Amino acid sequence: MSAPRTPSRAMPPQDRAARPGNRPDRKGTAVSDYNFAYLDEQTKRMIRRALLKALAVPGYQVPFASREMPMPYGWGTGGVQVTAACLTPGDRLKVIDQGADDTTNAVSIRRFFQRTAGVAVTERTADATVIQTRHRIPEQPLTEAQILVYQVPIPEPLRFLEPRETETRKMHELEEYGLMHVKLYEDIARHGEIATSYAYPVKVEGRYVMDPSPIPKFDNPKLADNPAIQLFGAGRESRIYAVPPYSQVVSLDFEDHPFVASKADHDCDLCGASESYLDEVITDDRGSRMFVCSDTDFCNARQAAGHRGRLSAQEVA
Amino acid sequence: MYVAVKGGERAIDAAHAWLAEERRGDPAIPELTVAQIREQMALAVNRVMAEGSLYDPDLAALAIKQARGDLIEAVFLIRAYRTTLPRFGASRPVDTAAMAVDRRVSATFKDLPGGQVLGPTFDYTHRLLDFALMAESEVPPAPTAAAAAEPVPHVTGLLDRDGLIEAEPPGEDAPADLTRTPLELPADRALRLQALTRGDEGFVLSLAYSTQRGYGRTHAFVGELRIGRVAVEVELPELGFAVEIGEVELTECETVNQFKGSKTEPPQFTRGYGLVMGQSERKAISMSLVDRALRWQELGEDFTGAPAQDQEFVLSHCDNVQATGFLEHIKLPHYVDFQSELELVRRLRAEATALREAAE
Repeated sequence: MSAPRTPSRAMPPQDRAARPGNRPDRKGTAVSDYNFAYLDEQTKRMIRRALLKALAVPGYQVPFASREMPMPYGWGTGGVQVTAACLTPGDRLKVIDQGADDTTNAVSIRRFFQRTAGVAVTERTADATVIQTRHRIPEQPLTEAQILVYQVPIPEPLRFLEPRETETRKMHELEEYGLMHVKLYEDIARHGEIATSYAYPVKVEGRYVMDPSPIPKFDNPKLADNPAIQLFGAGRESRIYAVPPYSQVVSLDFEDHPFVASKADHDCDLCGASESYLDEVITDDRGSRMFVCSDTDFCNARQAAGHRGRLSAQEVA
Repeated sequence: MYVAVKGGERAIDAAHAWLAEERRGDPAIPELTVAQIREQMALAVNRVMAEGSLYDPDLAALAIKQARGDLIEAVFLIRAYRTTLPRFGASRPVDTAAMAVDRRVSATFKDLPGGQVLGPTFDYTHRLLDFALMAESEVPPAPTAAAAAEPVPHVTGLLDRDGLIEAEPPGEDAPADLTRTPLELPADRALRLQALTRGDEGFVLSLAYSTQRGYGRTHAFVGELRIGRVAVEVELPELGFAVEIGEVELTECETVNQFKGSKTEPPQFTRGYGLVMGQSERKAISMSLVDRALRWQELGEDFTGAPAQDQEFVLSHCDNVQATGFLEHIKLPHYVDFQSELELVRRLRAEATALREAAE
């Protein structure tokens, strides 16, 4: 482990109760008025308890008292709360959305923690101690010294089969996952294959069926046997769940229709990678398109190492 | 050319700067002050306080100004601020029977102790645009009368004395806090009321309206609607008694609803309850109708499948900050997921085409 992970007790919670009438500066945001990583220590403690429970019962959705965050629900408030509860002043944070560090929401969340926690940030997967992600798992294998925090919109894998929380919780309790298998079977009957391409359901440690968040199913194999701690935060739905390091994570399938981690049948047009997940970019209105790595750090590192793709000769904007 | 989203930081900064400019509007027009919003847009301020769950007219007015008048955005600003506030403790339950009422009407009795007090209501105004307001003008002072010295008793209390309305069992000492513990279903009535009082006015209104039109009908009469100020008292352990720390304005609605009775219970009226911060009459009435509809189980009524009877449906969807966040998040990038769908659809289409060609 690189940076020792200690609770941030060194930074006392700034108790504004002790300073009556002291509101954040109304002219601008006085970040110093907020505790380290925004949340107060009691809230972080509550989230850490939920995280420990989630790690102790892999794949089980732990209800937690999700707070209103200064970004909207749906923008990653669950992931942000989990990250806030994990961060220590010595951490180095990476934030990605769709695999990229420079998408607007990734930029916004990274800035949020720069402002409220003052932690170092990085775009390099290998250098990060905490990575918050939306919709992707980095291509580069993670290590034991890393935490991967997923933003989760709908934590319940059974939700679109059964809209009631009271019912789905019971189904998990009883390990009653027949409905899910029927759904996958119906897919095969109708389409000849399982027609779920992202948020593909998995079973963790042989017990709980879990939604891996809307990552493409290409990423599902990386969930399994991963040395990093994988934490999932769903803010609006007030749920936290986790996959501890080196856990068994199996994508649901049938013996005669095994799970296939699929991607676009191309190489990256910038770095030539054949094994990374690709974004399709439409380049004109006559059907031209190019395929590029969705993981920008992976792609940049390969290009820096001299790898070239089909369109590398062209200047890239 | 590679056209994917780049330069996110610069774009965000520029967008924020533009937004600030748009918020200000034409600089030749004097800027609104927070005090002006607080005083002259009081009902908007009240709605933001109620749905933001924070009683602070100044902050609510500031939020409205910052949100360019988008009230859900203002509610969101207040909620995000509220979540960072420390908790000193809980007040004693406020006594709405001791409310200094500005308005108090009953639809069930022509006259009653405490009288009917119309107060500052739109009810009997003719909705004609008052073009005089386009110019600034002095408002002539309204006539005044001496405030009633006696407290104004609750109408349901009068019914209760004769056993005509269901008894209200005392609740638990400290109700659960929706903002500090995750909502677990089924939720008890205190928690449901908590969710409804901060729920979206439009959503609660529509649900209440649906019960009036037959989707979970409860035959509500407004037993009483009152708006006024109540004292907030806090028990100080050092002193051993309660101290008044301020006043809040509240709107309270109690509906009286039919109940046919059952094998064991003779017919009596039942209650629906609404309590909202500020002057928020529409919301308080709506809340009391939805509250009553949600009580079908404890009153031994049938579940007719009406949305307003379904607490999981109501409680999961009444919060506009949650709803607007999740709704609007679909405008964020989803191209990784869309890409995987694109590949799936292409593959399925290729297989279908191959099958068709093989058949021909």
